Amino acid sequence: MDLLLIKEGFPLLTFLIFLPLAGAVVLLFYHGEAFARLWTLIVTSLTAVFSLLLISGFNSASSKYQFAEAYDWIPRFHINYIVGIDGISILLVLLTTFIMPFCVLASWKYIKTRVAPFMFCLLIMETAMIGVFVALDFILFYIFWEFMLIPMYLLIAIWGGPRKVYASIKFFLYTLAGSVLLLVAIIALYLKTGSFFIPEMMWQEYSLTFQVLVFLAFFLAFAIKVPMFPFHTWLPAAHVEAPTAGSVILASVLLKMGTYGLLRFCLPITPDATMLLATPILWLSIAGIIYGGFTALAQQDMKKLIAYSSVGHMGFVTLGIFVLNSRGIEGSILQMINHGVTTGALFLCVGMIYERTHSRELAVAAGVGKYMPWFVSFLAVFALSSFAFPGTNSFIGEFLVLAGTFEHNTILALAAIPGAVLAAAYMLRMLQKIVWGGIANPDQSYLADLDVREIVILAPFLFFVFWIGLAPQPFIDLMHTSVSHLLDQLNYWQHHHQVATVLWR
Amino acid sequence: MVILPELVLLTGALAFFVISLSKTPDRNVAKFTALFFGFATFAAACLSFQSQATLFYGAYAVDQYSQLFKVLIGFSVALLLVAGQNLKGIDDHVRPEYYMFLLLSVLGLMMLVSSVELIAIFTSLELSSFALYLLVPMRDDRTGIRVQMEAGMKYILFGVMATGFMLYGMSYLFGLTGTTYLKDIIVFLSKGNLQPAVVVAVLMTLSGFFYKLAVFPMHFWVPDIYQGASNETTAFIATIPKFGAVALLIRFLTVPTGYSPFLVELLAVVAICSMFYGNLCALVQKDIKRMLGFSGIAHAGFVILGLMTMKGEGYGLAIYYIAGYVLMNLACFLVISNVSQEGENLRIEDFNGLYQRQPVLAFILAVGLFALAGIPPFVGFMAKFMVLTSALQADHLLLVCLAAINTAIAIYYYLSVVKAAYTADPAGHPTVVVHPTIQVTGIALVIAIVLMGALPAKFVDFAGTVVQVLL
Repeated sequence: MDLLLIKEGFPLLTFLIFLPLAGAVVLLFYHGEAFARLWTLIVTSLTAVFSLLLISGFNSASSKYQFAEAYDWIPRFHINYIVGIDGISILLVLLTTFIMPFCVLASWKYIKTRVAPFMFCLLIMETAMIGVFVALDFILFYIFWEFMLIPMYLLIAIWGGPRKVYASIKFFLYTLAGSVLLLVAIIALYLKTGSFFIPEMMWQEYSLTFQVLVFLAFFLAFAIKVPMFPFHTWLPAAHVEAPTAGSVILASVLLKMGTYGLLRFCLPITPDATMLLATPILWLSIAGIIYGGFTALAQQDMKKLIAYSSVGHMGFVTLGIFVLNSRGIEGSILQMINHGVTTGALFLCVGMIYERTHSRELAVAAGVGKYMPWFVSFLAVFALSSFAFPGTNSFIGEFLVLAGTFEHNTILALAAIPGAVLAAAYMLRMLQKIVWGGIANPDQSYLADLDVREIVILAPFLFFVFWIGLAPQPFIDLMHTSVSHLLDQLNYWQHHHQVATVLWR
Repeated sequence: MVILPELVLLTGALAFFVISLSKTPDRNVAKFTALFFGFATFAAACLSFQSQATLFYGAYAVDQYSQLFKVLIGFSVALLLVAGQNLKGIDDHVRPEYYMFLLLSVLGLMMLVSSVELIAIFTSLELSSFALYLLVPMRDDRTGIRVQMEAGMKYILFGVMATGFMLYGMSYLFGLTGTTYLKDIIVFLSKGNLQPAVVVAVLMTLSGFFYKLAVFPMHFWVPDIYQGASNETTAFIATIPKFGAVALLIRFLTVPTGYSPFLVELLAVVAICSMFYGNLCALVQKDIKRMLGFSGIAHAGFVILGLMTMKGEGYGLAIYYIAGYVLMNLACFLVISNVSQEGENLRIEDFNGLYQRQPVLAFILAVGLFALAGIPPFVGFMAKFMVLTSALQADHLLLVCLAAINTAIAIYYYLSVVKAAYTADPAGHPTVVVHPTIQVTGIALVIAIVLMGALPAKFVDFAGTVVQVLL
């Protein structure tokens, strides 16, 4: 337990987890539409404000788990309620808490039916998402991880588009099927270590076969969530059919759970298996980058285009994780945040167009630039950010990832370059269509430009795009100690391991 | 005081006998008497929870183990009677008889969990079963083709066959040991007087309870009987007798056979077959009761997985699992009984748009089904997780992986009902009006499902210690 910095006094993390849940319970009893909107906005904003306390109290020089709380839960099975954050998870928690109020705002007019249940699902979702990022007990983690499926399923299945039934069931089945073996792996690890406390499972002497099996179970669950290349097919369907807020949550937070899982669990719990299997996973990431790029290039549906671009961007994230060096991993954590900000904002933009034209087709949205100058200005910045234009946030992330990849293997890095070019191609194509269109644009004169609410929604995203793009240091500082601690342990392990094999020979 | 719950049930049955003598029995009298005796049974079981005694020349043991089961049975009976208070599928003039046999069947189960002697076990099991066999054909003949009669016939014929197996096994046990007292049998056998015939005897006895629990080779009655019986009767068949089956399975598994690895392997095969058979068949069902029947077969496989460890902890988990299963099933059947307008069977598409027709019932149904599917934080997940842990502890990796894969298969059919309730268009289906007591009972069930899932420590510990009495 010396890995934990126990938080005395106010249990901040528990408060953050359960505040949205308490808010959701209130919605069970009062379900006026106006009240539900306002109440959810208040609850999510409060959660966001309180999560700022995490930054002020966070000691970025320590690699320990901070704000930790530990209580007994089911002693017979050594299951405890343990939560805590370190440099890897703090940014993701903040991303979650800050995305949520904007999801509420984006659904202000978009959701017209069953408002209170929708807000109920959003709040439950927030509880589960924060829980996933802060849980340090594997069963606690798994409970949040699985439970999240229900509100997300309902968000897509009830408030989704025309093919919502297909998309939501595919989403549910795919993710659930991926994580059933995760449970078996968790139990197997428990039987080896006698504890469900995640840090105690790390850096243990497991046999290589055991590690590989556990790694594969982890990988299946997390790769589906990311989604990595051959497991990505649920994503476009779910993204396209989900309501705007659902798409934003999906893109900004849910996908990060997969990469977070890879980083938090695969690397430290099964280091040998990770090193053994890193190469094929790196090439899968490259495949995802190229495939996502080419497929996005051919899309006529804006949401699908962004969904496939997500496959590409998440490919960069997994690439960064598995090159196993400090630049790569820091880049990929930063890229997780960037993707959350940029893609979240892009989905919000598409949602705003959809509210006006009731279509996501590029052809229908062609040439709106003339009538919606504010909108296209925002869209242009986010599109530039999406293909990593220098000065925007993604540039820093992708640059670090590519730098890390060059350090690891030049051929691999060269193979990832076309992905970056493709990103520019599909994003500029989308931008060109929407802003200018062609000679046969549909009549867009009925369109009204963004109102104040919508500008308020998009402005903070713009702020973060440039903040991370121009001054990323504070963000990197937060994670640096934890990442270098992780890598130190990995190097030590590698060294130690090599010595062992030499002796064995 | 010691056998208070049994006495209450007996009084109840007699009271219904008196009511049934009247030419035109009043519907409300029957209903409120039934509710009264349901809650009285639960209260009596709670009151006699601490009592300990051995009665009837040692054939009847009142101990913590039996009292735990009696409380569980009493609780479920009370909920069941509230949930099915309208008794839509049963004609008015047979309702008093219906309740009489229902209470007698519960009485049989209560006696069963206390019986520790072969003849006592047999008689109480038959009391419970025969009363139950009679409930099935009491459904009104709405289809005109008398499916309820067919179901009743099947139930009784298959049931008698399973009982035959069990009696045959018991006769072996008696022949091998010269006694009908379980305690003496165990003592005699653990002194080393083991023969291969003991395994045969124990297995044949177990198969009688496999029938009740609907485990793989003894499962074939489930779909037709679930479909043929009225919704309320199915709710009873699907839930409360499982307690008796688990209680007695545990009792008989403590009998030393000398071939326990063989027995474990056999149970493993039975468990896996149950899961795959149940889940794969449930995928294609259109009738909700048939679907839940097949899902019950799959869940029985999980219970066997817990029993298979042959340790006190595993037995405790099996009790926890079955208690959770009964709660979840009661929640589902509460919705089924009340969505059904006149007691007709429901297809899955009859739940279309339930969310708009009756939001509270839709919520209860969704929680019940997600819990059955094993999604956290509901009791279904915790029970599944603990059973898998104990099975993996006993080194059954392959088994655990197969069981985990089964959860992934199962989610599809549970989800298809939730999908119908929440996303489909309610067109053509009337709104559902239910009494507030039913909504409250349903919400209480939901809370119980969540609480038992989130805070299982107390129950599991208690069940684990209680089982130690037998070992």
